[in-house]
Amino acid sequence: MTSIKQNPSFAVSVFREPGQHLPNLHNLGVCLRILLMVNLMALIAALLTAPGPGQIPQKMLEFSVILQPVLLLSLLLFYLLYPWLRKLHYYAGVAMVIAITLSATWMVQQTCIYLLGAESVSPLLRLWLIASIICLLALDYFRLRERALSPAINEARMQALQARIRPHFLFNCINAVLSIVRSDPRRAETALEDMADLFRVLMADNRELVPLAQELALCRQYLALEKLRLEERLQINWQIEQVPPDALMPPLILQPLLENAVYHGIEPMPEGGTVNIHIEVKNKAVYIHLSNPYLPQKHQLHHGNRMALNNIRERLMLYFDAEARLSSDCRNGRYQVEMVIPYHPGATR
Amino acid sequence: MPITNEITVLIADDEAPARNRLRELLDQIPTVRVLGEAKNGVELVNLAAEISPLLILLDIHMPKMNGIEAARHLQTLADPPAIIFTTAYDSYAAKAFEINALDYLLKPIRLERLQTAINKASKLSRIQLAALQPLQQTRSHFNVLEHGRMLLIPVSEVIYLRAEQKYLTLRTKAREYLIEDSLTAIEQEFDQHFLRLHRNCLVAQEFITGYERCHDNHGDHHYVALLRDVPETIAVSRRQQHLLKERLRG
Repeated sequence: MTSIKQNPSFAVSVFREPGQHLPNLHNLGVCLRILLMVNLMALIAALLTAPGPGQIPQKMLEFSVILQPVLLLSLLLFYLLYPWLRKLHYYAGVAMVIAITLSATWMVQQTCIYLLGAESVSPLLRLWLIASIICLLALDYFRLRERALSPAINEARMQALQARIRPHFLFNCINAVLSIVRSDPRRAETALEDMADLFRVLMADNRELVPLAQELALCRQYLALEKLRLEERLQINWQIEQVPPDALMPPLILQPLLENAVYHGIEPMPEGGTVNIHIEVKNKAVYIHLSNPYLPQKHQLHHGNRMALNNIRERLMLYFDAEARLSSDCRNGRYQVEMVIPYHPGATR
Repeated sequence: MPITNEITVLIADDEAPARNRLRELLDQIPTVRVLGEAKNGVELVNLAAEISPLLILLDIHMPKMNGIEAARHLQTLADPPAIIFTTAYDSYAAKAFEINALDYLLKPIRLERLQTAINKASKLSRIQLAALQPLQQTRSHFNVLEHGRMLLIPVSEVIYLRAEQKYLTLRTKAREYLIEDSLTAIEQEFDQHFLRLHRNCLVAQEFITGYERCHDNHGDHHYVALLRDVPETIAVSRRQQHLLKERLRG
């Protein structure tokens, strides 16, 4: 199983590199940081220019007349325009942020002239220079901050989020293989090979997207192992004729869902049941639909199930943000999961 | 366990390969004779009640009724068997077993370990039994001893339970049974499954279809709950009327 490198344009659109995009201007924390930082700069200016300590509040007040309206107006404009700004290339975004700030400055300056008279307001050019410097400093701060934090965060999260296989499954598998070693050595061989492949993927560094065909192969190996244990109790119904094998998706995104289906849907059933897997491409998105029989047990908490779903949901978020979704519900005694992933054909080698 | 000539064993596991493996291992121990196999807890309890083995190798994770609950039911037999639990991986249960010196084996099982466990296998003590309780808070079945036979009644089939002197009457669609238990304990165990409609009666929520106002000879009235599948009604005490109304409104 070789991993497929994405082409650069795709990598940029899906995983933005750390430090190469604007701070999230919809984030309260970011807005508060901007407010605090700019006011601290004003305080430094006041400390430098005030003749005596008594005049510092006076100075701050003078600055505030222009500073606070510009600041708040800019933040408001950032907030409104952020959905558009975030799509721009980083440097275009920086230029737009500065342009927005300069326009806000201009509007506030004009209003002040109208209200207070031209002589008490600083000239526009000086204000623009100050605003631009503050903007650049602030953006640089955010960029450095992101650089400092994001590799660690991403690394830690991806490691933690990587689907963890149930230890229960590992030991049951080994047990099943042991039970057929003597009677059916060929099947035991295949089972061990499947296990090796499965665990190779599970233990790999799974940060790169893989083609759907690869994930499906993994799922088949996983199901073959489960079949060894559960025998005819586990039935699989694949409906994947129209699936583009090159669709890229995060690794181990389907297998944990199947593991859930088997663990919660088949194992509790004395007679077993069928797991349906239906995959299709509609409107530039891959729709993955899974269903399994479901025993409504009021007293049993499906804690593990929810954990796995949240894990997958979070990974989809990291890779695709709002473009992917995952939903689940119970209908007609069957538990259903639907996952939608944007269709990105990968370079097939 | 007194080692007589022969130790009779039942194997309980839902996975055929796991049962086969155990059988293979047991075949290598000369003092052991395997009497049979069960695929789930219900099968096991019925089989064990019938053929009274000395020892049961009991998997914890099984459909229908898990090993822990099966062990609890088995204890009510006149001559309960010794039990060795088996599990692939269950840190939570394993810890509880460790603390209470319950016999358990981790799968895949080694022959030597199995041998040792069989040699020292013993019946569960009352303390060990109590220790199992938190691992399985709600039963899936009630057990009834009738003429020396053990009957398992799925909780989902129970329509109501009524206290009558020393016993509880348990009603299903088919018939009534007498069981030894306490209404309060059952009410706590099953949380919202049964409604306490009367001081002496618990009724399964899903079987309540409606209520009726009844007048008695003194001109007083009271409510009775109507039930699915059975003709009789259940008197509702004044204090519990709101429960019934809430249930039917929701």
